[in-house]
Amino acid sequence: MTTTVVPAIPKAPTDERVARSSPLMRLLIRPEFGALAGAVVVWLLFAWQAGGVWLSWQGTATYVDVSAKYGLTALAIALLMIGGEFDLSSGVMTGTTGMFAGLFAVNSGMHVVLALVLSLVLAVAIGVINGVMVVKSRLPSFIVTLGTFFALQGFNLWLTQRVTGLTNVTGIDAASGYELGRRLFASTMFHIGRAEFSISLLWFVAMAVLGSWVLMRTKVGNWIFAVGGNRDAARMVGVPASATKVGLFVAVAVCGWVHGMVVLFETSRSNVIEGVGQEFYFIIAAVLGGCLLTGGFGSVVGAAFGCLILGMTRQGIPLAGWDPNLNFLFLGAILLAAAFANEAIRRWASTAGRPSQRKIEEAAHDAAVEQDVIAATGDGGGDE
Amino acid sequence: MSRKLRFGVLAAAALLAGSTTATAGGQPSPNAAEGATIAVVTHGQASDPFWSVFKRGVDDAAAAMGSNVTYSAPATFDMVEMASLIDAAVATNPDGLVVSVPDFDALQPSLAAANEAGIPIITVNSGSDNYQEIGAITHIGQDETIAGAAAGQRLVDAGATNVICINQEVGNAGLDARCAGAAESIEAAGGTLEVVQVDLNDAAGAQSTISSTLQADDTIDAVLALGPTGAAPALAALDELGTTGDTLLGTFDLSPEVIQAIIDGTMLFAVDQQQYLQGYLPIVFLTLNRDNLNTVGGGQPVLTGPGFVDASNAEQVLELTGSGSR
Repeated sequence: MTTTVVPAIPKAPTDERVARSSPLMRLLIRPEFGALAGAVVVWLLFAWQAGGVWLSWQGTATYVDVSAKYGLTALAIALLMIGGEFDLSSGVMTGTTGMFAGLFAVNSGMHVVLALVLSLVLAVAIGVINGVMVVKSRLPSFIVTLGTFFALQGFNLWLTQRVTGLTNVTGIDAASGYELGRRLFASTMFHIGRAEFSISLLWFVAMAVLGSWVLMRTKVGNWIFAVGGNRDAARMVGVPASATKVGLFVAVAVCGWVHGMVVLFETSRSNVIEGVGQEFYFIIAAVLGGCLLTGGFGSVVGAAFGCLILGMTRQGIPLAGWDPNLNFLFLGAILLAAAFANEAIRRWASTAGRPSQRKIEEAAHDAAVEQDVIAATGDGGGDE
Repeated sequence: MSRKLRFGVLAAAALLAGSTTATAGGQPSPNAAEGATIAVVTHGQASDPFWSVFKRGVDDAAAAMGSNVTYSAPATFDMVEMASLIDAAVATNPDGLVVSVPDFDALQPSLAAANEAGIPIITVNSGSDNYQEIGAITHIGQDETIAGAAAGQRLVDAGATNVICINQEVGNAGLDARCAGAAESIEAAGGTLEVVQVDLNDAAGAQSTISSTLQADDTIDAVLALGPTGAAPALAALDELGTTGDTLLGTFDLSPEVIQAIIDGTMLFAVDQQQYLQGYLPIVFLTLNRDNLNTVGGGQPVLTGPGFVDASNAEQVLELTGSGSR
């Protein structure tokens, strides 16, 4: 801790906002730190419980593959949550896009490339609809996307049954251009011994890099943080708040489309209930990765580690020979542990080296007084 | 200051450690005794009584043969998750793999990997159309289309013309085949069959769906449930409408409730596929395969159904359900 040099200006009141913090503290305060630590803990736990299988390439490939698939949608959900919104229809998008691509290619006889493009267009349209409804109505996105979630689920079932008479769309493996789709979304990227690493890992890594770059290094990234923190304040300083939010919903839909295509070409069929219920896994991954439900804080890399925790948990339990019924219990415990740990670290890191508790209380008191004044003078919000 | 951090980390560690000791307790390491190590992966949801009888068969056989069995199933009807559970089972390199195949397309790559790894496979319950393609020794179960056709014929014989088929597990191709088989026999006799989807985890919702469907069309004279989780709400819906006994009711698979309804005369029949055998037999077959290189079935499936439970034999079967094996 010899590196911490506090400029010693005698007697002058130091401004805590420009005080230097130690490198360790800067590491701890990073949103992805908790997820990284959690991933290491879970990995060690299963290395101990499952032994050799866990350390083998084949064991590794199974959990990496599962994690990567969660990540295809979860990374976009992390961005959306940083932007202050939620998308419960993200799980069902896997099945919706798969169904559209399947129906176009099989039942309409289109070339797979055309089916891919058309289903992508529809995915973008669903994203725009979600985004515009949330932005225009100013309703919580939880409610709006809960509606689209149910609507899409019912629509998938209705359309699939109407066209095929079954609850599956099968036969895409016979459609023209299938090989290309398979190479793009479902081929094996490389082998290590008998272990296969599928191309969804490449998509996952590419999305993590791209998402992180956008968030940390571009203007759009600043906009995302800004609209998640305080939308009206963001708008006042010139951030295109509505466009940013709609864009985030579209990003989620497009990533859901990639997820849908991976599942479609891996399984050569589309099932009406594909992805239903997975939206909660995506949210868990984002929260494990340090995203706050209130928005304005979080990290894409952290969410990627969150996906790894999810994947390791799901594959670790059968590999360790535990009772599979414990799956949800364990996931819930990990989620709570991560949330508590994240919160404790954040609170510690944001107060360490800062002014005394008394000063903070004074500030809080001032803020409360100000709040009362606003409340007393009548409506605070209600713009547009 | 750092005490808070330490508290957070300790709390996280304690939670993790707590769940570990609670769960890891009894489970032995894979190469404990001389018994065969067999992995069982099914699509059976823990809340479905059908699968608890199956699991009972697995456990009884494992105890009898001294084998080391791991059982896993996805938490919901999720075939992508089930495929990754098969991948996990293959990674442990067991002496045998028992697997249900409700959706061949989705599971095919994982099953091919198991076959390539030289793991003997037996498919159970669903998968009668595809077991040879994945190199399984045999399939243990019933042919769903044949069973559906037989159930449909029973309803036709009882006078049904307008039938609804209650599907409680949307996306399960085996259940689709049951409805399709029943539709064949019913349509051959000049009747009609309509499929109604319900959620197996929402009994109250299923009941109201069935009851409103029946109210909307009073020419419906028969209900075919595809399992006890569909049959129970169907019974309740008929009771609610006061048409018990008038509207014919048949189901697939047994539960104490179903058998009691048959004894009471509120239900016509149940198609029994004897899933206890589907759990018990593959453990025995795979152990014999490992120790004595035996293969059962001669390339043909081993059929455990369809058998029918109706008023003639329901009393005896009821006694056996008490022990959890029917």
